[in-house]
Amino acid sequence: MISFAPTEEQEVARDTMRNFAAQVLRPMARECDEASAVADSFLAQAWELGLTATQIPESYGGFGAARSPMTNALVLEELAHGDATLAMAAMAPSLFAHAVLDQGSEEQKQQYLPLFCGERYHAASMAWAEPTPDFNALQPRTKAARKGKGFLLSGTKCFVPMGDRASHFLIAAHSDDGLDAFIVPRDASGLSVTAPEKNLGLRALPTARLQLDGVAVADSDRLGGAVRADLRRLLNHGRVALGAIMNGLSRAVLEYCVPYAKERVAFDEAIARKQSIAFRLADMHIEIECTRWLVWKAAGQLERGLDATKSAHFARSYAAEKSMWIADNGVQVLGGHGFIREHPVEMWYRNARTLSVLEAAASV
Amino acid sequence: MIDFQLTANDKKLLDAIRAEGLVARKYARYYDENEHEFPPEKLEEAKEFPHFMNLLGDRTDEDCGMAVLTTLIAQEQTWGDYSVRMRRQKGGLGNSALQAAGTDEQKAKWGHLTLAMAITEPGCGSDPSKVQTTAVRDGDQWVLNGEKIFVTTGCRAEGVVVWATIDKSAGRAGIKSFLVEKGTPGFVVTHKEKKLGIRADDTAAYVFEDCRIPRENLLGGDESVPKGGSGGFRGVMKTFNMTRPNVAALGLGIAEAALDFTRDALREAGIEVEYGPGLHGQSAVSERFQRLEALWEAAHLAVLRAGWLADNRQPNNVEASVCKAKAGAVVREITQGCIEILGPMGVSRDHLLEKWFRDCRITDIYEGTGEIQRLIIARTLLDYGRGELK
Repeated sequence: MISFAPTEEQEVARDTMRNFAAQVLRPMARECDEASAVADSFLAQAWELGLTATQIPESYGGFGAARSPMTNALVLEELAHGDATLAMAAMAPSLFAHAVLDQGSEEQKQQYLPLFCGERYHAASMAWAEPTPDFNALQPRTKAARKGKGFLLSGTKCFVPMGDRASHFLIAAHSDDGLDAFIVPRDASGLSVTAPEKNLGLRALPTARLQLDGVAVADSDRLGGAVRADLRRLLNHGRVALGAIMNGLSRAVLEYCVPYAKERVAFDEAIARKQSIAFRLADMHIEIECTRWLVWKAAGQLERGLDATKSAHFARSYAAEKSMWIADNGVQVLGGHGFIREHPVEMWYRNARTLSVLEAAASV
Repeated sequence: MIDFQLTANDKKLLDAIRAEGLVARKYARYYDENEHEFPPEKLEEAKEFPHFMNLLGDRTDEDCGMAVLTTLIAQEQTWGDYSVRMRRQKGGLGNSALQAAGTDEQKAKWGHLTLAMAITEPGCGSDPSKVQTTAVRDGDQWVLNGEKIFVTTGCRAEGVVVWATIDKSAGRAGIKSFLVEKGTPGFVVTHKEKKLGIRADDTAAYVFEDCRIPRENLLGGDESVPKGGSGGFRGVMKTFNMTRPNVAALGLGIAEAALDFTRDALREAGIEVEYGPGLHGQSAVSERFQRLEALWEAAHLAVLRAGWLADNRQPNNVEASVCKAKAGAVVREITQGCIEILGPMGVSRDHLLEKWFRDCRITDIYEGTGEIQRLIIARTLLDYGRGELK
């Protein structure tokens, strides 16, 4: 059926996150950006919302709510509306946990999921991106070479969210069987972690670079075990999540520009009364709406277990193009003030540029 | 629950319309090159296809509502060819106006006719409050004088809803709409417009010269001219909340045909579009094509949104403008882009792509240009009235 109505449960989750984003994320966003650090107190506070544990089954210690990429997309848009960087920091453990939940073997679920059901924020992450100019998510250069009953992992990974403190990493790598992911503990021999990286945007999100020099992993460390994991599906999850986050950022920009343009006077009238500004704002609104429906469509397909390759690609690429465009115009609407760090739009501009090149750095 | 999957029931209906559209497509070139030659209501080859009203069947709560369904039907029809739409649609825009603004008596009297709507004049288009056509009361009659152009289905229509002013000094409040039946003395169809596209559609120009109609032909029956208000104007404008998503869908059907044609042509040339390898994993052509597809999907979902709100009796005036503005822009970009991808093959009149490029162009103009839609959206966003944002 055709319906744009979230369930009551989803509405509650969305409203809760909207309030949390307004009361907690937005007020501390600038400070965290300037400090290039995320406060532990924030991570603890966000953890209490159960972002990661809610959808983990009770048998592994979670709250047992149904796994719902749609709910997560709604939640991510709201959190990112507060601040995309802090939203990603809060959600980073899901990169690992939800991948195991979605694709892990029973053994892996039993071993790892309880880590995320405790009372304290537990960092673990996904390492997919690589610092090469021709990075292709489906063909990472990191190799998993067969050795006896296991593999040796070699390569370089970058932009690993919360990599500075993650206890475990999921490493995307090419094996003889194709694209795989491997669970690697932080203290694995041959793995060196450099953190934090210094980035254009999302500055408060600590990201790490991983160097893997023949890191030995067992067969049982391959995500999904003997049946292997569907990494395309994980990538699709990541793309939808990023789409939702970027759209939250876009909404923040528009909602900041509207009152500004109504207040700012030039040539004896509010600049909002000029079509060159007003139409720009209208176009921002159009694209935010369209992006949201593309994200929802892909999330719905993921939720039904359908192949969401096309829709997730559309959701991410459309959100990337439009959030960049909206943030860019946000700066322009504010003029010189858009360039000054007193206003948040320059931060959103940097964040949009950063987010829109990412793959699999967030999870629904 | 949020869901964008059509039910089997809906799919069956839309597939049937698409099948008929495919037959109609065979004649698309003929009616393009023989402008103003009116296509028959039913093509000989398509006579086995039932009217979609007979395909509705038993509809359940799971099936989409009538507003959404109407847009999907429009889209499937123009995917075949724009001319299917006009052959198969009984009513015109005037019928929507009658339903929105007419009294019960008026609906009963004229509801069965195909009604066009005459708003635009040589000197006014996007700003209908400036219509110069006048209606003057004379006893039990109204006397109409003026000129109207760009009247969609204006020849085929059996009657027309005419916008005219009963008090020029009152501005918008003085604008009323009147129903004029064909054959009324003083009402002349002067010519059919020659157009860039949708050439099978009979777009007419009218002259009203001391055209006398009964007093009760004023839609809604309200002859008063309120001071400082919009009067019945706002009511008539509401018509567009229902029709704009349909116009958006008309364009999207054409654009979908262009995408399908281009995808097939690329496939035949050995170029398969692969989704999701990222910028480095694909050709420029593939990337370009996927972008056009994403634009289509974005506009399509915006149309569903506007329709769904209407089906659920929620206000949709902004969403109607959003989908109209978005679709109007993307269908142009899509058909232009498909031609770009196919090069000389794209501009050849051996294929329909060049026709689709021409046909879809009107959808960003009629029923409110993209600029008018943005004006509506911006006023709502900014909480501005007409005077604050012109």
